[in-house]
Amino acid sequence: MASLITCPHCGTRPKEEFTIRGDAAPRRPGSADRDEAWYAYVYIRDNPKGRILEYWHHAGGCRRWLVVDRDNLTHEVFGVVDAADFQRTEAAE
Amino acid sequence: MRYSAYSIIKQALSGNRLWQPAWREPEPKPHYDVIIVGGGGHGLSTAYYLAKEFGITNVAVLEKGYIGSGNVGRNTTIIRSNYLLEGNNPFYELSLQLWEGLEQDFNYNAMVSQRGVMNLFHSDGQRDAYARRGNGMRMHGVDAELLDREQVRRMMPYLNFDHARFPILGGLYQPRGGTVRHDAVAWGYARGANQRGVDVIQHCEVTGIRRENGRVVGVETNRGFIGCGKLALAAAGNTTTVGRMADLDLPIETHVLQAFVSEGLKPAIDNVITYGAGHFYISQSDKGGLVFGAELDFYSSYAQRGNLQTVEHTLEEGVTMIPGLSRAKVLRAWGGVMDMSMDGSPIIDRTPIDNLYLNCGWCYGGFKATPASGFCFAHLLAKDEPHHVARFLRLDRFERGYMIDESGKGPQPNLH
Amino acid sequence: MTSYRLDAGGAINRAQALSFSFDGRNYKGLQGDTLASALLANDQMLMGRSFKYHRPRGPVTAGSSEPNALLTIGSGARSEPNARATTVELYQGLVAASQNRWPSLKHDIGAVNSLLSPFLGAGFYYKTFMWPAAFWEKLYEPLIRKAAGLGKLALEADPDRYEKAWAHCDLLVIGAGPAGLMAALVAGRAGLRVILADEGFRPGGSLLSESVSVAGLAAVDYAGGLVSELSSLPNVTLMPRTTVFGWYDDMVFGAVERVQKHVASPSPELPVERLWRIVAKRAILASGAEERPLVFGGNDKPGVMTATAARTYLNRYGVAVGGKVAVFTNGGSGYRTAADLAAKGVEVTAVIDARAQSADVAPAGIRVIRNAGVVATNGRHRIDGLLLERAGFEEVIGCDALAMSGGWSPIVHLMCQRGTKPVWSEESQAFLAPNVGNSFVAAGSAAGVETISECLRDGAAKAASLASELGFAAHGANLPDVEGEYDASFAPVWYVPGAKDKAFVDFQNDVAVSDLGAAQREGFRHIEHTKRYTTVGMATDQGKLGNVNTAGIVAAMRGVSPAEIGTTTFRPFYTPVSFGALAGAAQGEHGAPVRTSPLHGWAKKNGASFVEAGLWYRSAWFARDGEKNWRESVDREVLSVRANAGLCDVSTLGKIEIFGAGAAEFLDRIYCNGFLKLPVGKARYGLMLREDGIVFDDGTTSRLGEHHYVMTTTTAYATDVMTHMEFCAQTFWPELDVRFVSVSDQWAQMSLAGPKARIIMSRVVQDDLSDAAFPFLAARAVTLRGGLKARLFRISFSGELAYELAVPAGYGEAVADAIMEAGRDEGICAYGVEALNVLRIEKGFITHNELDGRTTADDVGLGRMMAMQKPDFIGKRLSTRFGLTAADRLQLVGLKPVEPEKQINAGAHLLKEAAKPSLANDQGFVSSACYSPALGSFIALAMLKSGRERVGERIVVWDALRGMEVPADVCAPVFVDAENAKLHV
Repeated sequence: MASLITCPHCGTRPKEEFTIRGDAAPRRPGSADRDEAWYAYVYIRDNPKGRILEYWHHAGGCRRWLVVDRDNLTHEVFGVVDAADFQRTEAAE
Repeated sequence: MRYSAYSIIKQALSGNRLWQPAWREPEPKPHYDVIIVGGGGHGLSTAYYLAKEFGITNVAVLEKGYIGSGNVGRNTTIIRSNYLLEGNNPFYELSLQLWEGLEQDFNYNAMVSQRGVMNLFHSDGQRDAYARRGNGMRMHGVDAELLDREQVRRMMPYLNFDHARFPILGGLYQPRGGTVRHDAVAWGYARGANQRGVDVIQHCEVTGIRRENGRVVGVETNRGFIGCGKLALAAAGNTTTVGRMADLDLPIETHVLQAFVSEGLKPAIDNVITYGAGHFYISQSDKGGLVFGAELDFYSSYAQRGNLQTVEHTLEEGVTMIPGLSRAKVLRAWGGVMDMSMDGSPIIDRTPIDNLYLNCGWCYGGFKATPASGFCFAHLLAKDEPHHVARFLRLDRFERGYMIDESGKGPQPNLH
Repeated sequence: MTSYRLDAGGAINRAQALSFSFDGRNYKGLQGDTLASALLANDQMLMGRSFKYHRPRGPVTAGSSEPNALLTIGSGARSEPNARATTVELYQGLVAASQNRWPSLKHDIGAVNSLLSPFLGAGFYYKTFMWPAAFWEKLYEPLIRKAAGLGKLALEADPDRYEKAWAHCDLLVIGAGPAGLMAALVAGRAGLRVILADEGFRPGGSLLSESVSVAGLAAVDYAGGLVSELSSLPNVTLMPRTTVFGWYDDMVFGAVERVQKHVASPSPELPVERLWRIVAKRAILASGAEERPLVFGGNDKPGVMTATAARTYLNRYGVAVGGKVAVFTNGGSGYRTAADLAAKGVEVTAVIDARAQSADVAPAGIRVIRNAGVVATNGRHRIDGLLLERAGFEEVIGCDALAMSGGWSPIVHLMCQRGTKPVWSEESQAFLAPNVGNSFVAAGSAAGVETISECLRDGAAKAASLASELGFAAHGANLPDVEGEYDASFAPVWYVPGAKDKAFVDFQNDVAVSDLGAAQREGFRHIEHTKRYTTVGMATDQGKLGNVNTAGIVAAMRGVSPAEIGTTTFRPFYTPVSFGALAGAAQGEHGAPVRTSPLHGWAKKNGASFVEAGLWYRSAWFARDGEKNWRESVDREVLSVRANAGLCDVSTLGKIEIFGAGAAEFLDRIYCNGFLKLPVGKARYGLMLREDGIVFDDGTTSRLGEHHYVMTTTTAYATDVMTHMEFCAQTFWPELDVRFVSVSDQWAQMSLAGPKARIIMSRVVQDDLSDAAFPFLAARAVTLRGGLKARLFRISFSGELAYELAVPAGYGEAVADAIMEAGRDEGICAYGVEALNVLRIEKGFITHNELDGRTTADDVGLGRMMAMQKPDFIGKRLSTRFGLTAADRLQLVGLKPVEPEKQINAGAHLLKEAAKPSLANDQGFVSSACYSPALGSFIALAMLKSGRERVGERIVVWDALRGMEVPADVCAPVFVDAENAKLHV
């Protein structure tokens, strides 16, 4: 994972082409949500040791945001999906 | 056993066979007034100051591995107090003052070496930002000098003045900054705490936090339950893992930062130097190794190892700043896991849970904070109110909108 | 003569003599020599000094684990400190020098440390040098620093080049010994893309140095046959002189190839070293095994070396390491060395075997002393005898070299770099490679296999198995018969009792058994504590020779198995890698890409001085004849813009083209101010916040069509804004119909500002530019005279009547020329970012000097822009937190010095009059400052506590760093045309 990432659009590419934002689990609250939800969204992190969903950006490639499903202890990657698809799937559930 | 020149000679004459252990290896007692989770620099210094400054000696430090096995034993050893913001500057200055008297205080030579820290700048905007920082330091009575290009050149003629993509325009210099022999800090505090009655317990992993009626009463460990009056977490890198045992929600992400050391070389670099057109920083240890690093690997990681791209990028910046490093050889690279907080500044505070106290979020700057962190955490534990210089380092500052954001990068931890 | 070149034998070219020098003396070696073998051939055993006690040292190995024979190679800017003489390939004209000695290698003052060693035991420095406090930094530490370190770095710019490359393969084989060669051959024949990397300059590994015959050939010739077949296979890449130093995620290996380290004058056409990132589907670790030194009194004398090293110098390089060699062993390797030496006519004075019994037999005539141990050695710069003890009796044995063998440790380093620890094997008495999955396996002696025939078989079998996993049909190679093998098994002897001198575990760092004992006594019992307290394993060889012995000795001291002690952590790099190789070409002036504006040529011919702005070079000012400094040029440019007109290159601004039916809604959500009602043909200033309510960036967005917008960002944040917009569009609102693309490089953009801007622009643009037809904030496509389509925006960053004209990048210079020509009679000038900055400060416009990532919209006076009636925008909710709306926040104000000629600098802080400097009294800081030629005064923008209610207050601008204190008056942050009259003409 720290050397190569398989972009669903571009194939396996070196890490050099990507930038990383962070945890993809927090969902942006709606305007009706309480202040606590907004605070938690922006500042609180589960920070799991093990499996994590993380936003990576193929900045030096297709410029799509991706969600990388990976283990942050072994650096094994379980899957990479386009972030928009990820969001649609989450929304559908 | 007190260390002195006399003790060295006396022991040498008796074949060096009578040195005493630097610390006991005690069995855990059933109950302590204070249990500190984490036998790193911050946990050990907290125990030391609890005993020495506040007379609280019924204290245990629980370490899951060996003491000093975290970031205090795995860093680039730099100390400095060149901070911009009021929330940080006095805290780190207290730390630097404690460093200055540390060896006599705990009777252990940690080789505090005030070699000076130079932050190079490469643009007018960067100069202005450093001037703002330096003037802020001077406001608080902290040493700071703004040097122009020629003044920097006289001090460090080997820097890349003539063929750099981003020419060096000058530097912000803190003469009192420097380096410390990192392992010795953990050992000195452990020995000092041990001498004052603190139980430093290695290979004791906390597996749970026991609460009764909402209050913390002790910890489950691989060596059984140990009760406590107050529980103090100082487990940076693994704060979330421990905090989760008490259902704490924390503004922390864990990231990996690599550091490097070269083969031993005769003295070449006298000061600590940071590169302003990147993140590279370097100093030379008393043993002759060049000790350096740059930026995070940027992804969430608990693996204490890094990726090659970051290695390469670090060395690109290093050779760009000091071309004459090209033929030196890198001996070893290592990765440490960092508690990256959401504003890049640490937390020393009570928690919403009674008897549970928190020391975390040190990002990649925890080593220099070791004395003040322990001192202020001990103060908080002893008096239940924050030490004056740590009064901004609160857990609820994000909710209240009082972030301490030195880099101005906002709530994305890997950018700090 | 004690060590010498034999008359025959060895994988060296006796026809090709090479001259070289060592410490100023000239020597001759042969092609195929290492520096160490050539020095030994010249009877130069003393090659270095140890780190702490400065003890004289010779080579203890013939390979990359060498701790002692570290030399500086080359001179001047090309000099390389700490090169291992045992791996440096000899070349004509090589210049070598010894290190860490003064005044000379033979007579080193530092050796006095050895006499003081009772006071300098493990960790002594932690216990002393503390009194008086000031003496540490002034006296002790400088002395320690001077004495420490090894080689000296020239600290000069490197004249040579470095480069980097990627390589991809099915199978990477690391190490070209018997296992590696056979693995590569089997895989290569099966059709896999194979890379075979070896750190040495000649593939073959132990085949080059063992006296066995393989398939009826001398082993070295058999190796040659394998290599030539491999070279003939198009799918196999042989990479000699290439060290695989690291194993990273996803089966990516880091390797460094020494392309021109073995030539006297490197060709400028090639790099000296090349960094490889090798992506391998599978890999085989065939890195061999390390022979352990024995730990006995005086085991560090020059002339004491491993039995394998003595055998390698003999068989591969044709060098006898001594005239009278003694052997001290606990296994078969010592006997083999004795036999090989005897066969070449070298006297072997004794084989001392630590074991009571063994099946090993020495050649006839050589005395074997069993159940004995060496307890001391004699000699200073070279061993000249040893003292052994057997059953309580001592005996002196004469010798001028001592070959020792303490058993074998598989070289498992690379496999343990990713968090997995090696596994102790009672049977092998060694730490073996851990199981790290099917992709990366060890073969040959790296896998604990002992003999050459087994290594060949293991390499073939492992390669065949990996090949079939990858879907290739692999046929096992015909394995050759190997004759004359020996039994390499051994019985461990961690520490030879009765030492009468220091018994070293770590040679370079001078860590002796007594130091390990001290660490245990003083509580440093964990192996990592032992390491850190004694520095064992922390030298340039990273414990390759000593770490397993350390584990064994500490285990013996504590009465436990080495498995309980374990090893310290293996980390990159396997052997040290040069800074230059890791940096590659992206250094110095090439340390970052260069971006130049499409108007760069225009600026250059108009006399611009350029300044770095991120990756860009921007025109800073345009000096004219007679102007003595940059300030004169800038003042003139500013006044010219205010009086007539000026043309400025603003192409570096980020430009983003936005399309789609959802574009308006999207903009409305990412800006804090409203964008839904922006009419077609209009531009609007927009302010973006981060989600935490802090200002992110500002710029303008213009609506060019119903579903078409173009946005500008600041130069510095162009990439960040684009990335942010992509994140918002893709992850928050994928349902919105909006697409955008960065067009920063596609358009040349220039700002024409000043009272005469309309007159001049009308001469270039066909369209009607009257205030009625093209009012303030108009934005639309226009046609230039000559027919070129362009975009024109009536926006101003100077407070003057101003237009920004965007044309396709390739037309930029011609259009700028045309504007300059059109404005010549109106007094037009080119102006740069310095004047731009003065103009915007005079007008109180903000930049990232003010928006430093901690400021809110309200802090900079733009609080009312936030359209809180919108249901949502990025940053809306968290901007309302108490701390972000508190009354005592820093707010944007203007400052005028009481005496206009007193300079104010950005970065100064603010104090109330007569207040003492302290953080409690700190009132804020100066964010931007300049000299205003319009006002004839220095002016500044500042962030002041509760600033807006303090207009009129006198304050002190406090700049201790530059020794300046300037009284100034707080004013509104606008210095010219507060009514904006000039914008609407």
